[in-house]
Amino acid sequence: MPAKVLTVTSGKGGVGKTTATANIAAALAASGAKVVCIDADIGLRNLDVVLGLENRIVYDLVDVVEGRCRLRQAMIRDKRLPELYLIPAAQTRDKSAVSPSDMVRLCDELRPEFDWVFIDSPAGIERGFRNAIAPADISIVITNPEVSAVRDADRIIGLIEAEEKGPPRLIINRIKPEMVKKGDMLSADDVLELLAIELLGLIPEDEEVIISTNRGVPVALDGKSRAGQAFRNIASRLRGEQVPFMEMEEPGGFLSQIRSFWRKGGG
Amino acid sequence: MSRLMDRLLNRSSSSASQAKERMKLVLVHDRTNLSSKVLEQLKDELIGVISRHVEIDEQAVRIEISQQGREQRLIADIPLRTVARRRLG
Ligand SMILES: Nc1ncnc2c1ncn2[C@@H]1O[C@H](COP(=O)(O)OP(=O)(O)OP(=O)(O)O)[C@@H](O)[C@H]1O
Ligand SMILES: [Mg+2]
Repeated sequence: MPAKVLTVTSGKGGVGKTTATANIAAALAASGAKVVCIDADIGLRNLDVVLGLENRIVYDLVDVVEGRCRLRQAMIRDKRLPELYLIPAAQTRDKSAVSPSDMVRLCDELRPEFDWVFIDSPAGIERGFRNAIAPADISIVITNPEVSAVRDADRIIGLIEAEEKGPPRLIINRIKPEMVKKGDMLSADDVLELLAIELLGLIPEDEEVIISTNRGVPVALDGKSRAGQAFRNIASRLRGEQVPFMEMEEPGGFLSQIRSFWRKGGG
Repeated sequence: MSRLMDRLLNRSSSSASQAKERMKLVLVHDRTNLSSKVLEQLKDELIGVISRHVEIDEQAVRIEISQQGREQRLIADIPLRTVARRRLG
């Protein structure tokens, strides 16, 4: 079966697109799928360092598009996983070096050889986003439970719908259960109600994400991390399995608040 | 302490519920490009057009955007003055 092309996008910067791309791709590859990730964030490449492949870059996406190398030559194989590849972004160029139709052509070339093609979109709604979304079969919108990220996600969802790219699916990242419980962070239900699209996954805030990124090893390969489990769950859902959403917080009902009130000594 | 009591008595005072209520309005505005000012204007114009044909209770006219999933709908509630009410004044 030809690959599904999956674009991870967000509108707002820094919400976890690159982290999610690396980890969902790694989780799928770890389960035996053949996966390639394209870093579409030209000029601000990062997927290479998050995957720990930064030392092996020879050619990049713009080299492929401008015909300086063959597609094969720009694909870096991750030696830790049987079939995970990266096509890095160019670092010294800007987004206008690639067009949406370049991306469509590139993905059409990759489709017959892979199970999954992941595209890590840059932040924003400009050319880079257009490039990333153009070849998508499935688009994933990632957000944080925080007002500006949610607002930008809503904008992006509107743009994806306008492009008739099919209904995007939502990942809510960096949920802090303690804050949600105290009523100081939007809950997953709140965000879902506001954005009103299908949920693909919930990812807790987890220090292990930063630690594993320091090492260049996707946290999804760490059996003990909560975020890693959440990314593996997303991979399973993409494979069509029914996996319950990870429990983030207790509902924080009246009784539990009374209880925490007494625990705090009534002060 | 007072924040906790606020929360026990009135959940809408938590920062998360405030965020949610604010976002609801912001997203409707972003999606429809209709500000409350434009809505007011629309209401006045509607009243003008409709009352040319039928007598309406202008004070009770309500216009709002209702949401279902990602779909927005403009709902206008325009009470008509019935013959009976007209007689009562
Ligand atoms: N669940 C998480 N828990 C803790 N830290 C996280 C989590 N997800 C992402 N981060 C951290 O947040 C930061 C931003 O993540 P990332 O680079 O993936 O975002 P991005 O959306 O790709 O950013 P940009 O828009 O700049 O491309 C990184 O330092 C990353 O390690
Ligand atoms: Mg990124």
